[in-house]
Amino acid sequence: MSNQRTILVFAEQRDGKLKRSVLECLALARELAGSGGGSIHAVLLGAGVASLAGELKEHGASRIHLADSETFRLPTNETYVAALAAVCAESGSPLVLFPASAMGRDLAPRLAARIDAAFVAECLSLSTRAEGYTAKKSMLGGKVFATLDISGAGPVVVTMKPGAHAASPAPAAGEVAALSPVAVDARARIVGLAAGGGDGVDLQEADVVVSGGRGLKGPENFHLVESLAKAIGGAVGASRAIVDAGWVAHHHQVGQTGVTVNPKLYIACGISGAIQHLAGMRGSGCIVAINKDPEAPIFKVADYGLVGDAFEILPLLTEEIRRVREAS
Amino acid sequence: MRIAVLIKQVPSSEARIRITADGRGIEPGDVEFVVNPYDEYAMEAALQLKDKFGAEVVTVSLGPPRIHEALRTSLALGADRAVALDDPALFGADAGGVARMLAAAVRKLEADLVLCGKLSIDEENSSVGVQVAELLGWPHVSVVSKLEFADERHARVEREIEGGVEQIDVDCPAVLTANKGLNEPRYPSLKGIMMAKKKPLESWDAAALGLDASAVGAAAARVRIVALEPPPPRPAGQLVTGDAKEMVTKVVAALKNDRKLI
Repeated sequence: MSNQRTILVFAEQRDGKLKRSVLECLALARELAGSGGGSIHAVLLGAGVASLAGELKEHGASRIHLADSETFRLPTNETYVAALAAVCAESGSPLVLFPASAMGRDLAPRLAARIDAAFVAECLSLSTRAEGYTAKKSMLGGKVFATLDISGAGPVVVTMKPGAHAASPAPAAGEVAALSPVAVDARARIVGLAAGGGDGVDLQEADVVVSGGRGLKGPENFHLVESLAKAIGGAVGASRAIVDAGWVAHHHQVGQTGVTVNPKLYIACGISGAIQHLAGMRGSGCIVAINKDPEAPIFKVADYGLVGDAFEILPLLTEEIRRVREAS
Repeated sequence: MRIAVLIKQVPSSEARIRITADGRGIEPGDVEFVVNPYDEYAMEAALQLKDKFGAEVVTVSLGPPRIHEALRTSLALGADRAVALDDPALFGADAGGVARMLAAAVRKLEADLVLCGKLSIDEENSSVGVQVAELLGWPHVSVVSKLEFADERHARVEREIEGGVEQIDVDCPAVLTANKGLNEPRYPSLKGIMMAKKKPLESWDAAALGLDASAVGAAAARVRIVALEPPPPRPAGQLVTGDAKEMVTKVVAALKNDRKLI
């Protein structure tokens, strides 16, 4: 049955855990449905994931389209998109929200092309207007913020930047609807998973990011950044300079050709602040910069600037944070 | 084997951006346009396949006349021919429209493989390559950081995800979108630059693509930029004073007590 007001949220999970940004998407969907009396549906795909329906209901999903079978254990994009397209066809939903995660970025544009939907990625906000939606997103690695009008007939698919919208519980009496697996002969098949950089917290979703740059002199000193990140419970970031120099893997890179981050706290260690780096982290809640050059551009965006030797400051900072966190 | 490499010109990541008076674009005069960095990894991957299998490499770009420069560079690097979608009737499309144009170009080229960057660093939609795959009815793998072809039809690739990599077997024809780390892009040689002058660089308009411009261009765009703004200014910060130990004590106290972050 078609319901023009149903907003669909892709309930991304890995290893039986919901991505935090799914809950953020549900909160946004409730806001968009608002007084119109629209309903929020979640699409949950996986194997042995049925128990996650409870958490989705807690956050306002009134119906959970669940495919719980071996077919969906791995996020094979052709299989997942076929299932999502089937739910879109059944629900007649005008809007589908995805987290802007590795999985969301892989699936959402493909679904949009399949159902002939307008598509916008990495949105910081989304609101309704008389004829369609208004989205805001960062472009050029954070150097500009764009307002986009989405209009015209047909559905809309959007990925939402993690952390851009707050999650908030709002229990709904949700029902679970079983989704029959769609047979797909996938031509791109996941044959293995390997941990790599699975050592820490996801950079994009982290509340705290500790980044290092060339001021650390060499890869042998990068452990100072990793220790601080560990002490404060944050993710490890890096400047482009040291990624290009091969000190750390690319997935740590913060900036225009890496990850744009907006954590609550960003600590920049030995980073001078190239324009493409600043663009990628200036949306952080609070910025602490440690650099020996008082003229470094990083101090222009820092809330707290520490001019000094990172080799002296970082071990003391790690120790002090550990002490304070243990005491509280 | 024929490989289509989709490239885009974007403002350099070093560029300072000024917004135009109407608030809808950026001042082009200030900006150096370069090939999107992720497209360079796609280009290098194509050239490596050319070396391995003798594949034909065709580069395709959509945009104003300046894209000829980027396409000529791709020929100098080793592409065999290039196609410019430089018909103004095609401009102003949204990401979906761009994907339709590029898919039409790939179809006309009868390519077996499409390589492009995982995202363009200007609009940051990471959608075009994936959508081209869907429109062609091909599989795709996005964010590819490792690529090995067993033969011309079968590849094992690695794709970066949060905290790890997925290993994926993909059958061609397919679209692969390249991440940083896939390879080390080469530079054009002097000989390559000389040879590039003789290689074919064609311009295709909407008719050549078999498309009605009004159905894919600006008139059909469902997503439109209505305003651009600079990032919001940050409140003035403070320099923490004292020796290393004093600075650390002060900043941790501020993060704990004032900011409630620790």
